[in-house]
Amino acid sequence: MEEVDVEPSTTLIPSAGFHRKHLGFEWGPGDLLVYETNYKLQGPRSAGSPFVHIVRRDEDICSPILRKLFNESHLIFVGLQKIKEDIPSKNKKSQFVSISKNYRSVIRACMEELQQNVSILLAIELIWNLCEVLFIDTAPAGSLLLHLLDWVRLHKSDVDARAREVLQSDSPAQHQSYWDVVRNTKKKLKSHHMTPLTLELVTFIKHCHYTYCRTQTLTEFEVKWRHWHEECDRCLQENTFASNRHLETICKILVGDEDTLLEQKELLSTWYHFLVTRLLFTHPTIKPPDLHYYAQSSMNMFLGPRASPEPLDIILLSAFEFDLHQVIKDCSIALNNWWFVAHLTDLLDHCKLLQSHNLHFGSNLREFLVLEYASGLFTHHSLWQLAVDYFDHCPEFGRVYLELQIERVPLDTERKAIKVLRICEDRQMSEQVRSICKIMAKRALRNNRLGSALSWSIRAKDAAFATLISERFLQDYSNKGSFTDLDLLDNLGPAMLLSDRLTFLGKYREFHRLYGEKRFSEAARLLLSLMTAKIAPRSLWMTLLTDALPLLEQKEVIFSVDQTYELMSCLEDCFSSVFQDEDIESTKTELLRLALARNLTMAIVKEGTIET
Amino acid sequence: MFVAKSIAADHKDLIHDVSYDFHGRRMATCSSDQSVKVWDKGDDGEWRCTASWKTHSGSVWRVTWAHPEFGQVLASCSFDRTAAVWEEIVGESNDKQRGQSHWIKRTTLVDSRTSVTDVKFAPKHMGLMLTTCSADGVVRIYEAPDVMNLSQWSLQHEISCKLSCSCISWNPSSSRAHPPMIAVGRDDSNVTYSGKVQIYEYNENTRKYAKAETLMTVTDPVHDITFAPNLGRSFHVLAIATKDVRIFKLVPLRRESANSSGPTKFEVQVMAQFDSHNSQVWRVSWNITSTLLASSGDDGCVRLWKANYMDNWKCTGILRGDGSPVNGSGHAAPLSAVGVPGAAQMLVGATSAGRKKAQLMPG
Repeated sequence: MEEVDVEPSTTLIPSAGFHRKHLGFEWGPGDLLVYETNYKLQGPRSAGSPFVHIVRRDEDICSPILRKLFNESHLIFVGLQKIKEDIPSKNKKSQFVSISKNYRSVIRACMEELQQNVSILLAIELIWNLCEVLFIDTAPAGSLLLHLLDWVRLHKSDVDARAREVLQSDSPAQHQSYWDVVRNTKKKLKSHHMTPLTLELVTFIKHCHYTYCRTQTLTEFEVKWRHWHEECDRCLQENTFASNRHLETICKILVGDEDTLLEQKELLSTWYHFLVTRLLFTHPTIKPPDLHYYAQSSMNMFLGPRASPEPLDIILLSAFEFDLHQVIKDCSIALNNWWFVAHLTDLLDHCKLLQSHNLHFGSNLREFLVLEYASGLFTHHSLWQLAVDYFDHCPEFGRVYLELQIERVPLDTERKAIKVLRICEDRQMSEQVRSICKIMAKRALRNNRLGSALSWSIRAKDAAFATLISERFLQDYSNKGSFTDLDLLDNLGPAMLLSDRLTFLGKYREFHRLYGEKRFSEAARLLLSLMTAKIAPRSLWMTLLTDALPLLEQKEVIFSVDQTYELMSCLEDCFSSVFQDEDIESTKTELLRLALARNLTMAIVKEGTIET
Repeated sequence: MFVAKSIAADHKDLIHDVSYDFHGRRMATCSSDQSVKVWDKGDDGEWRCTASWKTHSGSVWRVTWAHPEFGQVLASCSFDRTAAVWEEIVGESNDKQRGQSHWIKRTTLVDSRTSVTDVKFAPKHMGLMLTTCSADGVVRIYEAPDVMNLSQWSLQHEISCKLSCSCISWNPSSSRAHPPMIAVGRDDSNVTYSGKVQIYEYNENTRKYAKAETLMTVTDPVHDITFAPNLGRSFHVLAIATKDVRIFKLVPLRRESANSSGPTKFEVQVMAQFDSHNSQVWRVSWNITSTLLASSGDDGCVRLWKANYMDNWKCTGILRGDGSPVNGSGHAAPLSAVGVPGAAQMLVGATSAGRKKAQLMPG
């Protein structure tokens, strides 16, 4: 079995390689950076202006029409994965066939839109269709050829249609299918003497071509056909048509004489067309295992001794030989993009065909190809989202590939970051979630957007960073006298508990809010608890006590006796341990002491008074 | 493959290293002109130079980005025996309008007595750690204990490899099954210490790095070394640039007893060896999923290597300079000379001057 022989292609880098010996490189997302350099670290100094070249492998994901192919096939792929295992195999088969046809119709839709340069898509659809006929939509006994006939007809008209557009030829002879040949010869037959045999011929042609296998059982048909074939043969031997060359040719064709068929090469145009024709006239009830012999010989006969088969021919031949592995392998090599082999192999794997063809690595092969395809999608700015589903359906490596690649998706906007996050969160990729949130938090902090930084830290569950940002908030407050991002701070909820400093920040803001709403006793209680419950850092106690002053100076008594005693002890604690800056602090301390003392007296009086 | 774009890097001397940031949106270049340039990719896909400054008093050999979790941080190393850490600070609004940003030096690491040949950040799960190796044969591992204060770095470990080191690579695996591991390549020509690749592993108990393995079969000078991304495998894959390209598989062997201390023992296998460059190989690097390895050699080519599902390796592409000089005005030869793809070629891959790609449709 010949292999498709491919040498690695060489790409030339402009203005490189003249002075310098080496090419440096760096992998990028979907591309390779290449530049001139010299690793030997010596060498002539260059006055020139060096370049960095961006080299790409797959440009096809950028074409908008192929993007449509990728989008639509993604839907089909996901639908295929969802087909339940426990459906009876008969129903499954019809579903697989319809999926195969869906894929092909997507390819055809793309061909319609592309207009030019569709030869690769044509080839893909040709191969896919053949695989569908031979492997997926396996025909009942004896009717294989019927399907192959449909296959050839469909593609002949494809090629003809395209050729017609390009050539704009007027001559009808160029575009006749061999059905037309037969129809024409029928007409010619009718104009000659109607001998019993010619009548039978005509009848048979009519019969055979239009009711093939539909009204008769296989054995009935075979018997009839064999009988007729022998009759034809005998006519030729007896030179019945010696007088009329046309009729003789027709008879030879009907008998399947290869040389005569080959004379019609132009009409047949491809060796597989020849193959199907030949089989129709010599072996209409051919069974799959016998196909390969005729395929190989047909190709050799058609191409002749001097022409060598093209990669497409080899792939088709492998298909006729039912060598699935070879088909996939050769397609992988001949096509640079993994779309075709990934989707086809996936479908074949679902049909359990990879195992039955005795490949040890059955589903490994499928996963390998799907991973390759999806990895290629990941470098695209919007198609990467399709890739996620593909990775989800690769049980062995899908998750780790996704983890690796999703981290690299550029987080251009908050919206995009959230989209990426949701994907990670849905799959419990906690490390990736943490990392992405951290990156966003850091970026926000660099740009002094404290509120954004804080909410990202909370989402990252990063206590240390949350503490850091809380301190910045507090610093800001002491510099400006007010809080920013009130919405965020007021609605922290249980997230507040992530770090002590954050809890303090939240509660402190709550104190200010309560004070603003004139809910003084609640505010007072909260303020006190911030110190007694040690939520507030010591360094801020003076600030808190200072915040208590306006509450102490209200006409109404807010702090109770006990609370006042507590405040006093906090003040003493504070004074002794924290500040040595005596001038300022002693004034403030005096003020506080006075206020506290006054409050105490009023509180004692208030609590001592019995309401009558 | 085809050349999609050429950027005039505008360095006044040879470029020695180019490094993409983590997301592929920024790029740093360093040169013998002693400067580093930072480039940003705009929404229009165009690259613009947003910073350019002198970083060292000698050729700058390598430049590398820290993980974005630590902010916008670069490290560079140089012939001037130092390595430096740089941080981008958010500038004034007119700077932003002009599309310029500022980078300031946070620290200079001066411990090396010779040219510093490589600088790499350790995997992010280890914290903010920077590693250098020098021609004096010492690998130094620094740590910034406070990630908000990048001017404080402490030298945590010094690993003496005795002879001139050219490259280092950290095992990117963050799995708890693998302790931190670093590979060091040497480019000396000493015959006594002939194994030129050494692997060091961190020991939790001794809190030190100890040698776990020397690749004795690598006896020629090593110019580059790189671990492949781990992909959840139990074994490690290491690519080496030496007189050829070599890929090693390191399989950790199970410890005999649960309490045995000392570094992990490995079974070392050669996964692949390529001598297509037919000369010294200077750089090797894995793509992000470790499905492709690129190498650059004395033959002036960059070659791409790929394994199929049967683990058979093949060269899948070659890049080579076209040998044309940069013309006087300093611009590249027109790009039309190099393959520009049409829609159909897109699925097949652009053919370029040189090799005719196997065609799928006859005629």
